[in-house]
Formats: sequence, structure tokens, C-alpha cells
Amino acid sequence: MKTHHIVFDEHEVLHKLKHYLPAQAPLKDFIHHNTLHAFQDMKFYKAIQTASEMFGYKVSLSLDEYRKLYQYAQINPVIFEKVIIAKKGAKNLTLWKEKLLSASYDTQKTARVGKLRANWKQKYYVDLDLIVHPALFRTLCSYLDQGIAIWNFPVSHIGFLASIQEIEKNTFTSFFKKERAKSLLLKENVNIVELLHILVGDESLYEQYLFDQQFAHQGWAGIVSVIEDMPQTLIDQKKISLKELIIFELLLEIDALDNKYGLNWTPLVNRLGAKPINLFAKVVETELDEVLSIWQDAYEWTYYDQVFTGLKMEQTLKKDKVQANHSFQALFCIDDRECSIRRYIEKQDSRCQTYGTPGFFGVEFFYKPEHGNSITKQCPAPVTPKFLVKEIGTTEKKDTDVHFTKHSHTLFSGWLISQSLGFWSAIKLALNIFKPSMSPATSSSFRHMDPFSQLTIENKDINDIENGLQIGFTIPEMAQRVENLLRSIGLVKDFAPLVYVVSHGSTSVNNTHYAGYDCGACSGRPGSVNARVLCYMANHTEVRAILKENGIDIPQETQFIGALHDTTRDDIAFYDKGTLCPENLERHKENKVNFRKALDENAKERSRRFESIDTCMSAEKIHDKIRTRSVSLFEPRPELNHATNTLCIVGRRDLSKHLFLDRRSFMNSFDYEVDKEGKYLAAILNAVAPVCGGINLEYYFSRVDNHKLGAGTKLAHNVMGLFGVANGIDGDLRPGLPSQMIEVHDPIRLMVIVEHFPEVVLATIQKNPATYQWFENEWIHLMVIHPETGAFLLFKEGKFSNYTPITDKLETVSDVTPLLEATQENIPVYFIQ
Amino acid sequence: MTELLNIFILIPIIGFLISVLMPSEKEKWISWTAFLTVGLYLNSFLIYVVYWLLNGHPHLDVQDITLFESAEYKFFIDFYFDKISVVYLSVGAFLTFLVTIYSRYYLHRESGYKRFFNTILFFFIGYNITVLAGNFETLFMGWEILGISSFLLIAFYRDRYLPVKNAIKVFSVYRIGDVGLILAMWASHHLWHENITFFKLNSAELVHEHLQNHSFMGAFISFMILLAAAAKSAQLPFSSWLPRAMEGPTPSSAIFYGSLSVHLGAFLLMRTFPFWDEQISVRILIGLLGLTTALVATPIARVQSSIKSQIAYASIAQIGIIFIEIACGFEYLALIHFAGNAFLRTYQLLVSPSVVSYMIREQFFNYEPRPHTFEDSLPKKIEYSIYLLSLKEWKLDSVMNYLVWKPLKNIGRKLDFLNVKTLFWFFIPVFLFGLFLLYHEEMIPEGVEAYLPYPFSIVGLMMVMKSYSERKSPELSWLLIIMNHFWVALAISFNEHFSLHEAAFYLIGVTLAAILGYACIRKLRFHEKDIDLNQFHGHSYEHQKLSLLFLAACLGLMAFPITTTFIGEDLVFSHIHEHQFLLAFFTALSFVIDGISVIRIYARLFLGPHNKTYHEIPYKSS
Repeated sequence: MKTHHIVFDEHEVLHKLKHYLPAQAPLKDFIHHNTLHAFQDMKFYKAIQTASEMFGYKVSLSLDEYRKLYQYAQINPVIFEKVIIAKKGAKNLTLWKEKLLSASYDTQKTARVGKLRANWKQKYYVDLDLIVHPALFRTLCSYLDQGIAIWNFPVSHIGFLASIQEIEKNTFTSFFKKERAKSLLLKENVNIVELLHILVGDESLYEQYLFDQQFAHQGWAGIVSVIEDMPQTLIDQKKISLKELIIFELLLEIDALDNKYGLNWTPLVNRLGAKPINLFAKVVETELDEVLSIWQDAYEWTYYDQVFTGLKMEQTLKKDKVQANHSFQALFCIDDRECSIRRYIEKQDSRCQTYGTPGFFGVEFFYKPEHGNSITKQCPAPVTPKFLVKEIGTTEKKDTDVHFTKHSHTLFSGWLISQSLGFWSAIKLALNIFKPSMSPATSSSFRHMDPFSQLTIENKDINDIENGLQIGFTIPEMAQRVENLLRSIGLVKDFAPLVYVVSHGSTSVNNTHYAGYDCGACSGRPGSVNARVLCYMANHTEVRAILKENGIDIPQETQFIGALHDTTRDDIAFYDKGTLCPENLERHKENKVNFRKALDENAKERSRRFESIDTCMSAEKIHDKIRTRSVSLFEPRPELNHATNTLCIVGRRDLSKHLFLDRRSFMNSFDYEVDKEGKYLAAILNAVAPVCGGINLEYYFSRVDNHKLGAGTKLAHNVMGLFGVANGIDGDLRPGLPSQMIEVHDPIRLMVIVEHFPEVVLATIQKNPATYQWFENEWIHLMVIHPETGAFLLFKEGKFSNYTPITDKLETVSDVTPLLEATQENIPVYFIQ
Repeated sequence: MTELLNIFILIPIIGFLISVLMPSEKEKWISWTAFLTVGLYLNSFLIYVVYWLLNGHPHLDVQDITLFESAEYKFFIDFYFDKISVVYLSVGAFLTFLVTIYSRYYLHRESGYKRFFNTILFFFIGYNITVLAGNFETLFMGWEILGISSFLLIAFYRDRYLPVKNAIKVFSVYRIGDVGLILAMWASHHLWHENITFFKLNSAELVHEHLQNHSFMGAFISFMILLAAAAKSAQLPFSSWLPRAMEGPTPSSAIFYGSLSVHLGAFLLMRTFPFWDEQISVRILIGLLGLTTALVATPIARVQSSIKSQIAYASIAQIGIIFIEIACGFEYLALIHFAGNAFLRTYQLLVSPSVVSYMIREQFFNYEPRPHTFEDSLPKKIEYSIYLLSLKEWKLDSVMNYLVWKPLKNIGRKLDFLNVKTLFWFFIPVFLFGLFLLYHEEMIPEGVEAYLPYPFSIVGLMMVMKSYSERKSPELSWLLIIMNHFWVALAISFNEHFSLHEAAFYLIGVTLAAILGYACIRKLRFHEKDIDLNQFHGHSYEHQKLSLLFLAACLGLMAFPITTTFIGEDLVFSHIHEHQFLLAFFTALSFVIDGISVIRIYARLFLGPHNKTYHEIPYKSS
């Protein structure tokens, strides 16, 4: 229904804008998410085509890239034809094959956004962005600054616009050049509509104008929108809203025009001519779009198909009856970076068992380090815990580095410092280049918590409350969390004497995106505290009593022990070893050797991607180089993080134990027999979709358009206010991932593989509409493995259909080392005998 | 011993040439070339310095090749070596060496890996020539190389808008500094009647004797030197270019704008100290400039909320103090200060990405809501005003724009009658007529001849101004620059006897470059049809070779020291009399705008976001 006069609804437009703007939090809270989250209510291909048309993003590999992949046999011709037939019918195969392989298309992209405002330059000969952006960005950055400036924004507690007004009122100079903008700013209730009336003059264009304006600097607009919604994400909290930003920007625009034309200019509408196409007009799929989507499908299924062939081969293996006599069990994070370390530990000790689960281990709380004056969340970002765990009794001292002192930036101390410390800098620089080592500048996962500190895990008094948070967990609260965790991963019997709970974190230096390297399930922090907290709970006798009542009998000799795996250095630290009984301590000593060897091997496997390390060297030597790498100032790739992730396997380890997946899979342990109704499965999938799916899609989009959806090369980044990075000093903020993180990534959507009965899985995902949307709209794929028949059932359009792998058989190897040493590129799936 | 000095020029040149020949996909070969070049340099330099110290650290002066000689004019390359050279060269070699190793890994897989190391080595050549220069001419050669390598490094990410825009901005400021140097060279020709070496300047009696009767000339030269130094060292009113130069990969920003390049203004002052030593007013002026800069840059540094601009302004303030130290004659202090500041800022820039994790962790434990700063005790209105002014960098950026670039463009726009048609039907015939008159001087009425150089040089100046503001045709813009050179030659020919030999020396380089460049533009137009100067086109994405070729042509046309025009330019000035300040100024201005206009054409055609959008294109705001 259309009403006759189009009304500009400010509230609605602001809401819509916020929906489309990038939603990346400040650097310290960096968490992966789907870059195109705004389009998630549409089917994947439709969504990316729409986004591309509206904002000019590149949303897939280019036609040439696909064709090259085909040429180099990275796209399987059989699957290629199968996809064409599925989409276009068998009789059109030849025609479409021709189109895909050799037809020429105009692949130039234009964006709808920006068309309206482009008229300033075309018709008024003024480049508003060029004039307005520097002043706007500077003011914003200084207002939001978290601690770079020495002299802070003089007024900041009363909100952005109010602060600007306050300064404008009390100054001999001005934010503006001419009177009009100044008096508009100081007017009571200055509002968007009034300003748009001056600038644009036609209400039907206001929405589009604001989109054009904000998407000319989507980085800054995005961070303002995020901070508006989550002010607590900044340590030095600032009040700001997108509306205030828009008002200030409109004023600057009016001022720029006044400055050029005096008052002799009329609103944009008067010189506009034809109105540009509406930003939200329907997007029609072109033939090129179709061609690209077929290519993408063929590309994805070329990979998936190998995996299913492998899973099938795995099914034919004779499974030995599970032996009860395990040497130890180890819980790892679901993270794809833990995929290979589990394989190596299992190789070192065939009697051990490994499990995967989100790395906060089901315990959600805020953590407060000793002497810290704020708290940090240790669970997935959407969860808001009501518990607080405090660190007490620390012994470590914090190091500082004088090079970060602000005194060097002032006149007189700068004079002294540059003549003294300056020479020390030269030595430090030389040292770091020739012999890199850990320094205060390094962000190290092991520093997150003092290993010898105490944690307030148990709540003894229900009234122990700090800032509205309960200190520690009560016994029933603990028991419930331990039970949930154990049941969700299917570890309910046959406990080994030692159960390791291995969290992870990372170490890097000169890395602004450090938070993205830590554990995503712990809101971008290392998970060490969670590991210790869970172990404390599971070791607690009263907790065990409750668990026993509920049917989980943990033998008395079984002890849980926390650990932290640093994924960059491949080092591991074990916590609270003092609580181990003598027999377990002996066992632990043996296991430790295995862990060490596995970590060496893991370092070797990782090293194949690194140009500076020769993978043919011995594992120990490589491991040393890997450690050095993590603390080298000049190393923009301390590790490759989640690059190449494509799979998520939710099921028993036996499903995929013999597959070499090249660190490409998230792995969540799950036993359908323990969770017949899918209660725990629901929790797992509710996390897998946004977390793993978010990681996967952020990598996907940063890879296909690193300029517009990624952060570009990090080598030129400049840190803005400690919350973001930009190019140069006057550039827009750059959300997304830098090119160094995504360059080896293959843009393939996540394939979630779940072992359970299809009807249970369907019912499970339908419980939560948000989760269901991920699968239904094909932002991630879902394949169910029928536990009894072993059939693969692909979820599509709300239904399951049988899938038979095309590939016959995978190549079998007994040792992957030669493969690793042979190539830097992605390695296909292998079967390890 | 003196002969050995040449190797410090030769090593970088050879290294550079080898690095240019390397295939661009061989990262290891390229980085090894750079590493070996600078490593070899550093080692031999250290040995040399020890040897030099053991031999009583004499001032060395070596007169190298003479490139041009006529009866009253001699252009020769000269090198000079003293403690200032030692400090600048050791700091330079040490930092370049470290940054070379650093960048080997840091730039891995970056497209433009080769370009980066080529440019670093090119810069290193320029740095060595400048620091070792024994006379203004040699120094100017190095100075030009530094300017162009700066441009290339700032615009390293040439597919983005801001780096390219800022590279042009910085290059333009450098070019203003060049006016100073050109005019200082011109005036000192007349003062000394030779190409004076810095070695000779050490003789206090000689300087004293010459300045006694020419105190105005002395002050003029000093002032021009200061202009060049201030532009290069980002002193007022040029300061705002330095933070804007931080667009390349962090190590290049660190070494260039954190340390080496930006301290060269101070070097120029120290190098010429014996010359203005006795001129108290000059010393006061230098001191005052340094002081004002320090006082203005400090509050700007204090309000910066981005890490690189904070370091940049902090460094500018320190260089201001170095200027004061030099003015006071504290040479040793200034040298120590230079080295310390260079090391400190390089390191701070290199670790700048770490600031996030470090400061956040720091704050997590020691967060103070709003630390009290001394500004808080100022009256509110004053505090806010200074804050706001500092936030706007005291409008330094817009001031440059309003005072220099806007007027130039405005004049240029008024010259719309200069188009291809009028060029061919009016100005070329008039030029030919001028040429005709030159050989038939008897036809010129008595007394007129002396004034002819002025209108001719003004016509030349008009040409470049129009070229600089031309928005449509790159061909026209290019032709106008060529014409400018010819008009300048004509003007000078009327001024004094400018032999055919000399004119040819001057024009041959220009002509070759002009033809090459014109062919490049035509070739580009053949492929791309729509090319203009109204926006960046980014054609280096598809036409890499052509882009390189055109860059070479540009260098030729802007009298870069690869053609004879470079010497010709100096030659032209030697024919401007010492009282003809206006003519000297017009000519200098022509040369300067020439360079800017040429670089502008190059940037508009080949750099910036590509106008074909079949691949990933950066936002204009990046």
C-alpha cells in the first residue's frame, strides 16, 4: 500500500541505517560476525546480489578466478556439471557450460549508494566529502578517544552534540567557517529534518541522502552506531548516537556550501534533474549473477564432496569396541585451530580421547583480575552472565615499556627523552630485529591470568554480590554447568584418571586485531580462567555427589586439570598441578611429554604456510622458529587464525578420526545416544550457527572484497583512539579483516555436519528462529548423518534429501608429513591409515 | 682517502640498479639485494669512519666530474665529508639497514614488494648524495631524488585515493622548498661568481669578505635556505604535510617521516652554518621559527587521537628545538638530538600497532577517567579555543591551500583562452617570431630588448599555471609544460647571450621527455578513450609498463637529474642578473609549478582508484 505523500520517518530511517551499517565493536572486543548480517533474512545468493547492487560490494570470487580454479582442477568437472544440471536442467547443460566457461560478461560493478550525493560534485562542483570528512573524523576520533591523546576532548560527559555545543559557545574560534551552521548548532532542538530541508529540499530523498552520506564513511558511522547501543564496550565510556553524528555532519555540509557559495545556493533537489534509482528498489538477478552462483556451488561442493567420501570411508572401518581403559581425556575448544593438535595428541597416545566444545566450557561469568578496575566477559558475546570470578593472590608484576609513554610527545620531556631514550630505542630495535623476544608490547595469552593466583569460584554466601554480580557459583549452579557440559559432549562414563580442560589464546605483537586471535567463545579473550573454573567445579566433591545422583559417576581418582594452549606459539601451560594426587601427577608427567611432542608436530604442520620457515626441518627446530615468530615486530602473520575454515563437525570423534582435514574444521563433540531428544544439540547448534558461521562469513567477505568488506592491508594501518584502525590520518575506519589474515582463505561457506536422526535435528533447529534462518537461507549448509544407516542427508528448502558423494575414494596415507612438506597451498582431504 | 668517498654513492646506485632488474615475483632476490647493498654500505662506512678518525678526522672535499663547462660557468659534482656527514650517514645507514631487514618479512606477499625496495634504495641514493654533497648543485640533485622517492613511497598504495592525494600534497610542499634552494643557488652564483663548495664556506674570512658588500644578498640566500629547510623539516607554516605523509607501509613512514627525510632541513642548516653564522638577524629568525614551530606543534601533538599523527607532531616539535640549537650554534647538541629523535620516532612508529593491546591492558589496571592536564587550569574559553585550534592543526593545512594552491588554480582558470587552438595559432607563431627576433636583434627598437625577458617569462609562467589547473585534456596540460620550457629559454636568450649550445643543452632533455610523454598519453588514450584530469583514473592497474615509462618522461620534463635539463636549469639561472629578482622569481616559480603539474598529470592518469570496477576497488575515504 502506498500513501500519497511520502513521509520521512526519522526514527525508522535511523533504525534502518543502524541495521545496515557495519556492526564491528572496538578492537579490544573484536568478535567475528557475518559482515552482511543485514541481509540475513534473504537467501544467500539473493542477499549477496542485493548487497552488491546496493553498496557495490564484490561478493564472490571473480569470473576469471573461478575459471582459473576450474582450469587448475580445483573445481571438479563432474560436480561442475552436476550443479549446472541441478540448477538449469539437463537439456541446458551444454549451453550453460559454455556460458560458465567462456561467455564474456560485463563484470563492472556500480553501486546505488552514493548516486544522489554525487550530484554535489557534478552539479555544484564541490567535493563535500573532501572538505567535511577530515574535520568530522577528527572530531569524532578525539571525542571517542580511549587514551591516545594527552589532552582529552575538553567536554565529554554530556553527550556528543551537547559537548560540541558547549565548546562552540565558549570559544574564540569555531567548528565552522560561517555563521549559519554555527547558529543552527546553537539553536534549541536542532533536528535532522530541518537540516535536510536546507540541503536536500525534497522529503522523498531524505532517506537516500542519509544512506549516501553515512555509507561514504561506513567505518565511522558503524562504530558510532555500535557504541550508541553498547556504551560499555569502551573503558572510558562516551555517550554518542548516530543521530548526533548525522546532525553534526549535516551542519558541516551546510557550512562547506555556505563557505563556497555564501547563501546563494539552493537545495540539491533544484539542480538534481532525474532522481537516481531508489536504494531499496528490487534487485533483479542477472545472468552473470546466476553464472557466479553456479560457479560458487561447484567450487564449494568440490571440497565438501571429498569430505563426505572420507566420512563414508570412515564408516566402513571396523570400529573396535570402545576400550574403557583411557590414559587421559582432553577437552579442547571447538576452534578450527585445535583440529590438528587433537590429531597429533591422539597419534602420540592412542589410548587418549579428545573432545571439542566451545572454549568457555559452559561456564559463563565476568572475570576481574587482581588490581584491575574493570571486568571482562568470559563467555560468548550475546550471553550476559550474572557471575563474577575474581583473581586474588597474584605474584606477577606487570612490565611497562617507556616507549609508549606520552611524555615523549610533549615539548620538554620530549627533548630529554629523545636524547636519552632515543639511543636506547636504536638498541631495542636492533635487538628485536636480530633476536626477537617477549616484551611488554607483546600481547600474550599467558598474561591474562597469573597461573598461581586463586580464583573466587565457589560462592559461599549468596549475599556476596559486587556491582550486581554474584561472586562465584553455588554448588547446584556448578553441578548444573558441569553436567550440561559433559552431556553435551557425550562424556558421561569411562572417565580416565586425568581429564584435561584445554582452553586457548594467542600471542602476538604489533597486532591491532589481537582480540580476534583469542577465543571467540570467551568474547575474544584467552580461556584460561574458564578452564580453571570448570576444573574446580568438576573436582568438587559436593558437585560430584549431585552428578552421581543425576547419573554421571565420576570416579574418585579422576581429576580435572586446566590448561591453556597458545595457538600462536604452540605452547601449553597447565594450572593447579599442586592439586593432583601423586599417581595422577606421575601420569601427568608422562602425558606432558606427549603434549610437548604433539605441539612440536603441530607447529611443524602450521609452518608449511609460513614463507620464512622451512617445513622440512625437525619439528623442534621449527617450533622454536614459531615461538620467535610470535614475538617478532616485523611479522604481520603471527598465525593464520581461522583462515581456510569450512567445516563444522558435530558428532563423535569416530566420525572423522582418520581424516586429514588440514585444520579446516570446527569440531564439537556430541553423542546422539546421550542426547536422544536433542536438548544439548539445540544449545550446540545455537552457538555453532552464529559463532562458526560468523567467523566463516567474515572470512568469506573479507576475502572476496578486501577493500570494501575487509580492512585492506594492515601494513599501513594507523591506530585511531585505540578502538579502530584507519588508513593514514584522515581515512575512514576500516572494519573487517586485514588482507594478511584472509589471503590464504578459500571463500567457501561453512558445512555443518551433525550426527543424529534428521527429524530430531530439524525439530532442534526450528526451535530457535534465528538459528533456523542461518540454515534455511543457506548462509551455512547442513548435512545430517543418519546414526543408524550412515546415510548423508542434505538440508535444503526445509527438507532433507539423500546425498551420495561423487568421489570414489580418497587417497590414503600413513603419515601426513610428506604432504605438509610438499606444499604451501590447501591440501585435499586424505585418509590416514 | 677522499677518492674513497665515491663508493658511498656508488654502492647504493649499483644496488638500486640491480634491484630494478630483479623479477618482481622473486621476493628473496629483491630483499637480499637491498640487504646486501645496505649491509655492505654500513660495513664499509664504519671501517671508513674508523680510518677517518684515526687520520685526524679532516674535512674532506672531492671535486668529482665536471658535467658542463663554459667560459664563465662550470657545473661540477662535489663531495664533502665532515662530522655532520658522519652522524647523518651513520644514523641513515643504520636505520635503513634495520628497516630493510624488517621489511623483508613485513612486506611479504604485498603487491609492490619490488617497488618498495626499489624506492627505498632510490631514497638511500638521494640521502647519500644530499648528505655527502659538497656544493649546492650536488645537494640539489640529492634533494630532488628524495622528493620523488617520497612521492613514490607515500603513494605506495597507489590504488587508494588518500595516499595519492597526500603524496601530491607532500610533493608540492617539497617543491616550494625547492624554490628556496633554486634561488639560493642563483644568488650564490652571483655572490661568489662560481659554484661555491661547502668546503670553501668554512673559510670565515672568505665569507666575511664577500658578505661585507652584499649583506642583502647574504640575507636573501640565508632566507632561501631557511625556506628550503623549513619545508623539508615540516616547520611552520608547512608542518601539516608530515602527518599526511604517513600513508605508506609503516616501516617506510618510520624511516622517512619519522627519522631521515624530515631531519634533512636541519642538515641543510648545519651544512650552511658557516655562511650565516655571522648574520645575527638570520640566526634569530631561525631560532624564532624553531621556537614557534615547537610551541604550535606541541599542543597539536597533545590533542592528536591517532597514533601516527601524534608521533609526527611530537617529532616536528623536537625538530623545532633542533632548529633553535642550530641557531644558537650548539652543533654537537643538535647532532645528538637529531640522532636520538630519529631513533626514537622510528621505533615508536614501528611498534605503533602494539599501542592498542598495551594501552588497553594498561588502562584495564590503571584507568583514570580524565587525567588532569595543565590545560585544565586555563580559563575555559581559552582552553576550548586552543583545543579547537589544535584539533584543526591551527588551520595549517587550509592556510597552505588558501595562500598557495587556490590562487594558483584561480589564476590558471582565468587562462582558459589557452587551448590547443590558441596554442597552435597564436603562441607558437609568436614564439617563432620571438625566435626570429633573437637572430635579428637589429630589428628590435632601442631599449626594448632589455625588457623582453619579462613578458616572455610571464607567458611561460602562464603556460604552467594553465597546465596546473587544466581539468580536461592531459595532452594540453602536457603541451603547455613543454611550451613553458621553450618560453623560458627564449626569455633568457634575450636577457643575456645564451649560446645555442647552452640552449640545446637545456632543451634537448625536455624535448626527448616531452615526445616520450606525449606518446604515452596518446597510447593511453588509444586504449582507454575517456581520459581527463578531473579525477584519478588508476590506469597503472592495467598499464604498468606504460605507467613506468610515463613516469620516466615526467622526471625528464620536470628537470630531474636524469637529463641534461637538470644542468640546463642551473645554466638558465646563471644568465639571470643579480638584480633581476623578479625574473629569477618567475623562472623559479615556473620550474616549481612545472614539477607539480607534471606529477599531477601522472597521478591523475595512472594512480588512484581504478575507474574500471571489475575488480575490488577501495572506497574514496581510504
